[in-house]
Amino acid sequence: MPHDHDHPHDHTHEGGGGQTLPSDMALRVKALESLLVEKGLVDPAALDAIIETYERRIGPRNGARVVARAWTDPAYLERLRADATSAIAELGYGGRGGEHMVAVENGPGVHNLVVCTLCSCYPWPVLGLPPAWYKSNAYRARAVSDPRGVLAEFGVSLTATTEVRVWDSTSEVRYLVIPERPAGTGGWSEDDLAALVSRDSMVGTALIPEPRSRGRGA
Amino acid sequence: MNGVHDMGGMDGMGPIDARPEAALFHAPWEARVLALTLAAGAQGRWTLDESRFHRESLPATDYLPMPYYGRWFAALTDLLVKQGLISAQELSSGRADPAAPRATPVNAKAMVARLNLGGPAHRPQVRPPRFAVGDKVRARHLNPPGHTRLPRYARGHVGVIARLHGVHVLPDSNAHGRGEDPQPLYQVRFDACELWGDRAQAPSLVHLDLWEPYLEPV
Repeated sequence: MPHDHDHPHDHTHEGGGGQTLPSDMALRVKALESLLVEKGLVDPAALDAIIETYERRIGPRNGARVVARAWTDPAYLERLRADATSAIAELGYGGRGGEHMVAVENGPGVHNLVVCTLCSCYPWPVLGLPPAWYKSNAYRARAVSDPRGVLAEFGVSLTATTEVRVWDSTSEVRYLVIPERPAGTGGWSEDDLAALVSRDSMVGTALIPEPRSRGRGA
Repeated sequence: MNGVHDMGGMDGMGPIDARPEAALFHAPWEARVLALTLAAGAQGRWTLDESRFHRESLPATDYLPMPYYGRWFAALTDLLVKQGLISAQELSSGRADPAAPRATPVNAKAMVARLNLGGPAHRPQVRPPRFAVGDKVRARHLNPPGHTRLPRYARGHVGVIARLHGVHVLPDSNAHGRGEDPQPLYQVRFDACELWGDRAQAPSLVHLDLWEPYLEPV
């Protein structure tokens, strides 16, 4: 075991953050950062650039563009099916955590759900960093064995005959769910369609409601 | 290793907190841990697989309640000390040993370029793959003490090859400094009934990406 010294503890629940424990982790992380900067192992400007990248540049709006293009351009959808990594790169997205992409499509009678039971693998270039629930013990434990129960916790109920396809991200291959295009969006622009696509719908824990029913509190 | 990180199918993890969250980080220290991990990793002294192994090697009683980025912080400090980039003395004092050599950090521009580039895990094929799409395979009953990406819930169970992903670095080898040992990687489809018996929710399928050494013909 590589474990040989004290580890941080946090009194908030797992996956939840540490927001109620301001001092301990913040101080330990700051101390480590100072040490690594002093030793020339990290550049503080590089740390800022990494955070800036994932807070502002890379996030689920990227994936939404992929979905909207797939909905509106049949030739693009074919390329996405054949080689998702290349098709996604056409829109300018790729890099760390998205080197090997596969797109999986929802449709009548088929619903896809993505998880990483072993850690928290997630398609960063198209969805950004994973939300807390994706990294939680509860989601990782149950998405494979009780997908309908998990979906119910997200407010998603499927018909009994719908086939649920779970994708456990055990390799460097990353999965992006292409949700079903909602009815009532015929003739919509790619931009307007992309605005409908939520992050969770591209992981499989949400459906995209018909636009006119939005706001009624599904 | 048969660690607590391998939690697919476990009960008792509680409900999922499915609330949408606006912020990616609950506290500023979480973002710094993400950035420190990526920036220190850019020194090239350990692989992604080794980094994952260090996270899953945290003591189970620490791992379970830890916040996600707390696990990253603990594994990062373990790796830094193990690889000799910092000493235990420096870690506890927070001050660099003046006699120790100073490294050269990766700057912001180079760091962002690395994120954009990623690090593909596929490698050239050197021999034909043993299995083809449609072949029935059994996930071998392997219980290695080190790193593996074959979850316990799939071991011993029969599935069908659904897709060939090409040849990818084998984490079991690469996590332990034994080289990349590239192996064919397959997407394997399991029927939920095969994995979960009478608790399975038909119709449902679970897909895993599994390397050739994990599989045997049926």
